[in-house]
Order: sequence, then C-alpha cells, then structure tokens
Amino acid sequence: MSRLQERLHASDFVFTGEVGPPKGVDIDHVMHGAALMKDSVTAVNVTDLQTAVMRLGSLAVSAKLVEAGIEPVFQMVCRDRNRLALQSDLLNAYVLGIRNVLAITGDHVAKGDHVQAKAVYDLDSVQLLKAISLLESGTDLGADMKGRPNKLEGAPAFFKGCVVTPCADEIELQLIKLEKKVEAGAQFCQTQAVYDPAAFASFMDEVSRRGIRIPILVGIVILKSPGMAKYMNNFVPGVSVPGELMQELADTAKADRKKKAVEIAARLVRAMKRMCSGAHLMTLGWDDAVPEIVAQSS
Amino acid sequence: MIIQKQKDYGAILKALEGEEKIFVAGCSDCATACKVGGEEEVAAMKARLEADGKTVTGTTIFDTACQRGAVRKKGKECRDAIAAADAVLLLACGTGVQTVGETLDKRTHVGADSLFVGEVRRLGKYSEKCSTCGECLLEDYEGICPVTRCAKGLLNGPCGGAVDGKCEVDPEQDCAWILIYERMKERGTLDKLKSYRGPKDQSQRQTPRSYAWPKPKKSSEKKAS
Repeated sequence: MSRLQERLHASDFVFTGEVGPPKGVDIDHVMHGAALMKDSVTAVNVTDLQTAVMRLGSLAVSAKLVEAGIEPVFQMVCRDRNRLALQSDLLNAYVLGIRNVLAITGDHVAKGDHVQAKAVYDLDSVQLLKAISLLESGTDLGADMKGRPNKLEGAPAFFKGCVVTPCADEIELQLIKLEKKVEAGAQFCQTQAVYDPAAFASFMDEVSRRGIRIPILVGIVILKSPGMAKYMNNFVPGVSVPGELMQELADTAKADRKKKAVEIAARLVRAMKRMCSGAHLMTLGWDDAVPEIVAQSS
Repeated sequence: MIIQKQKDYGAILKALEGEEKIFVAGCSDCATACKVGGEEEVAAMKARLEADGKTVTGTTIFDTACQRGAVRKKGKECRDAIAAADAVLLLACGTGVQTVGETLDKRTHVGADSLFVGEVRRLGKYSEKCSTCGECLLEDYEGICPVTRCAKGLLNGPCGGAVDGKCEVDPEQDCAWILIYERMKERGTLDKLKSYRGPKDQSQRQTPRSYAWPKPKKSSEKKAS
C-alpha cells in the first residue's frame, strides 16, 4: 500500500505536491524541486507531457523519485499512447516501484508544441481506470486467439486516482463522469484549481449527496501574479479567479508577490480543509513555496 | 458527401509540370456540390490551363468518378481525347483520382483535397458529423456522435475543457458532450450517460477497409430458415 493510500485511509489531511519534468535530460532541477517539498507532502505528482508539450516523461521522473525515496503520483494522460502502450507503461511503472497512478484525459495536441501530431485517445480516462483495475485482476483489455481473457504473469496493484473540475460549465456532467470513474476503480480524486471555497462547498455537497465516497484532494494552483490570474480566467477552462483575489495580487508590490502567493494558497487550503481529504498543491516551479504553504495551512 | 476543396492553382500547375496535353475531368456528385469539379469549375480550369500554354484535349464530368462502371463508360465516350492527353487532371476526391487512374490506366493528377465526410450546412459551409468509424454508436448518444464531434473522441463524458459550451480545441465548434447532455436532459434519457462505455473496437477503422455483400443464401437454406 502506498503512503498516500495509507494516510488517506487513516483520514489524515494530506498534502501532495507536483513537479513538471524538463524539456531535455537535465533532471537536477526537477529532483531538487521534489526534494524541497519532500518533507511537507505525502506524495509528489509528476505531470505527463503537460499542455501537450514534448518533454521528459512522467514515468522516468516518477521512477527517479522512487529511487530518491520520494513517493510519486505517476500522472498518465490518454493523449499519446494506445491501449497497448498505456497498459505496458502501467506494468513498467509497477516494476519501477511506482504505486500511485493518476488517470487523465490530457490536453489536446492542438494546445501544445507539436500541433501536427496525431492525438491518440484510444482510451478515455474512465476506460484507463478500468484498464488499471483489469491489470490488477490479472488480465488486460485484450484476448487470446480463442477470444478468452489474457492472463498476466504477476499482477500489479496501484492506488488509482482521477481528476475532476469542480467549477466546470456543466457540473452534472462532471459528477456523472466522476461516478463512472469511481465505478471503474478510482480510489482518490484530485481537483482542478479551485479559488472559490463557496463553489467548492456546493460541489462537495453534491458529491456526498451522490454517495461518492473516495477521498478528494482540492487543487490549489499558486497565483504568481495578476497576469497569471488573468490568464487562468481567460484560458483555463473551469477555473475562475475571483475579482478580490485579482485585486489583492495587483495591490501587492512585486517584491512581496511570492509571500502573498503563499499566503493566498494557504488561506484557500484553510477555507476548504474541512470539506475534503487533502490539498494538491500545484506551485508551478515555485517548489520552495510548498513547505511554507503547508505550514501556514494549519 | 465527401467535402473537398480545390488545390491551389499553383500546386496543380506544378503537378502538371512536363505534361503538355491534359484531359480535365470532374465529378457530378460531391465535387459538383462542393463547387470543386462541376461543369463550371472544369470549364474554368480548362481556360486557365490553356492560358498557361497547356493543350486541353477534352473535358468530361464523370457520373460518378468513384464508380468503376461509370468511369469506364465515360472513358469509352472520351476515348480519343483521353488517348491524346499525357495525363488526366481530376477535380474530385481522392477515391475518384484512384478509380479514374486505375480504370483508365492513365496517370491522373489530383485537383482537390478531400476534407471529410460531411454535412452541407449551406453552400460553402460544411461540417463533419460522422467519421465512418465502422461501428455506429449514435443510438447511445441521442443521435450526436462523440467519436467525431468530440475532439478527443471521448465515450464516457466530457474532458471538462469546454468554455461557454464551445470546444477547447476549436472555439468555433460546440462541445459535443454539452450537446449530448442537453438533448438527453430534454428527452429524459440522461440515465444512458451513466453506464460505462468500453473502449471502441478500433479494428473497424483499420485501413484499407473493404466491404462486399454477403453471398446470397442458396434457396434450400432460405426455406430452412
């Protein structure tokens, strides 16, 4: 059982962090970043070609974190691999000591730096979760020549995660999909960035009304500047930064921005702590901010 | 129909480099409807090629360019003009180009890009609704195809990237999942969305695809059934 699973199971309020692999093979920076947050979080997410930009993969960096004694959450998007490659990478991950996996649809290639690439999406995120569950049961998505289920030589076991956008346009659609993810085997959930505790509260009410029982970690994306907040509002679907927060950032001198960003993130965690099981901190390279956010969150 | 657009004239001219005598052809079906290879466009192409010093040995409109029988028939009618030409220029879809080239055994140049199988919203405005996946799922989605109309082809629900009902990939396009959701709500069939849909059988779209009618049963078998 992963530490993340243990801690969530024990109903501790859990923090997770996130690092993004580099475009290239210099991993010192990403490893250093993960080390900075290591003692403040239970696990560190490794993003998988985020925003469809070609870079070092989530699998390799997750494995490096395992080596370094840091527990990774192996993010896996459906955009780049067909069902053979996805299932194989899950076996690879298990053999490399990775125990937490997060199933994500993935930003479209049109959003990235290889816009002419073929988008795969052979499986969607619900089907990927189902595929992981199947692997755990000792079989896979395929069949032998006689149409019988394949049999694995040794089955993996993961702590399976999924994502949800609590403030998306059509929230009922998100909730129906979340229910399907849980049915397909999701054991925990990380959310897209939330800046509006009241909206999150009503989302969580709906979650419990529907009997969705898996632990949910609220997503906190650090607000580095008013410009970034504006960008989030304009270009990140399902994310809305309230006007007061924008103003608060704008009123802060540049030199104090990082301090303010930490303060806002911690304030958001405190406001939503009692509604959920943990917080997933996305600090976008400000890895040294993680310990301070965690400290100020209590 | 096969939605298509004519290639840039410069590209067509480049493809015809070294060919002096050209037979220009169109197609009465999709290429005519898309104004790529109808009577008008074929006549205009003939005039333009002649202005650029090519000899046009003749023109025709196949009815249709993707039917071997029809191409053979028209081919016979235009036998001399085709024989006199170095090559054929077909202003029609990629299937047509290959059918014409193989049926007439003549080098056939491509005058159009085939875009997709689509709906004509009105003349000059077309949209894709079906990607001929080989296994129609429309029954399960209230007649709106997520395989084609969701940019990611998701089968179990939206990605969460829609903004004001529009797709994150192309803000001109409606999010298929919001359309499906709205229609299901309207028709009281939202429960359909709640059941898990397994991965698509992609072998149905493994190219090159072919299809032949099943052989008719013998009369004795018919009686038995």
